[in-house]
Amino acid sequence: MSEPMLGLLTGVFFGALLQQGRVLRFEKQVGAMLLRDMTILKFMLTAIVVGMVGVNLLVSLGAAAMSVKTTILGANLIGGVLFGLGWAFMGFCPGTSLGAIAEGRWHAVWALLGMIVGATLFAEAYPVLQDTVLTWGNLGKITLPQVLGVTPWLVIPGVAAGFVLLLGWFEKLDL
Amino acid sequence: MKPRTLRPYLAGALVGVLATASVLVSTKTLGKSQYLGATTSFVRAAGYIEQAVAPDNVASNPYFQRVKPRLDWQFLMLVGLFFGALAAALLDGSFKLEAVPPIWKDRFGSRVRTRAVGAFLGGIVAMFGARLADGCPSGHGLSGLMQLSISGFLSMMGFFGAGVLVAHLVYRRHAPAGRSS
Repeated sequence: MSEPMLGLLTGVFFGALLQQGRVLRFEKQVGAMLLRDMTILKFMLTAIVVGMVGVNLLVSLGAAAMSVKTTILGANLIGGVLFGLGWAFMGFCPGTSLGAIAEGRWHAVWALLGMIVGATLFAEAYPVLQDTVLTWGNLGKITLPQVLGVTPWLVIPGVAAGFVLLLGWFEKLDL
Repeated sequence: MKPRTLRPYLAGALVGVLATASVLVSTKTLGKSQYLGATTSFVRAAGYIEQAVAPDNVASNPYFQRVKPRLDWQFLMLVGLFFGALAAALLDGSFKLEAVPPIWKDRFGSRVRTRAVGAFLGGIVAMFGARLADGCPSGHGLSGLMQLSISGFLSMMGFFGAGVLVAHLVYRRHAPAGRSS
């Protein structure tokens, strides 16, 4: 199968699952930020636990390669905080904005247009950022198991257990 | 305790399976392991638009040269995401036209223009931040944490830390501290 066709097919499943998980909606995303409705965290943490086991299994078997993003303390933290600030007003993340429009929540169109402008502004600012924020604390493509100096299979059960405890707590609080 | 609904868990678990299958199949057929993500495609879309208006700018911009406007795996994945969500919403009858979402309406009223300005400005800031951090809740959150990457953990702390703080300041009108807004 060609690259575009494979992407398209993966996206159809991803979109249907995001919609069925009910995570595309403004009230679910802002509801999580207001600590009132943890639907999106239940969805994300479950996906991470399953995918973490699956992907690491593939890599351990030599059937796939990792694609780890570089850790740059300044860029990850400042960029992360800026994203959170905009996210609270937008109520969608980049991927879910498209799904939200598909679900009829057409105000996500404004968010989509804003994000395209934001990407343009970033490209214009890139030459300056490249020499400043994007150099602040570059630690390379590191993972938690590498930092701890152990195999991922020692870290995975710990992370999974932590996530399960957190989810159990959300359910207990009826979030 | 019994969860109110298993929906987010079931859909989430299947996304974990999909992410794994997608990594395996893309490695086998394309020779490159493709992980779920979204924001790179916004740069490509911006590049396409700017190319139509100011092609010289795109040709001379180092970022657009690194992330060239082209229809790659992720771009088509987002096109598919739209149609998958549309089909699912139509099939189970949850499709609903909405101009202003509930929590927003309580805080800012039901004017479409106010919502448009808020979502547009929020989108600008969020995407600038996501490109700076090199990912969003899909790329850093799902794919990053699946690989236990440090950048994933740090970025997610930023996303949710700032999101929780700002959402409380903006939407919680009856905050215990008695903020007047």
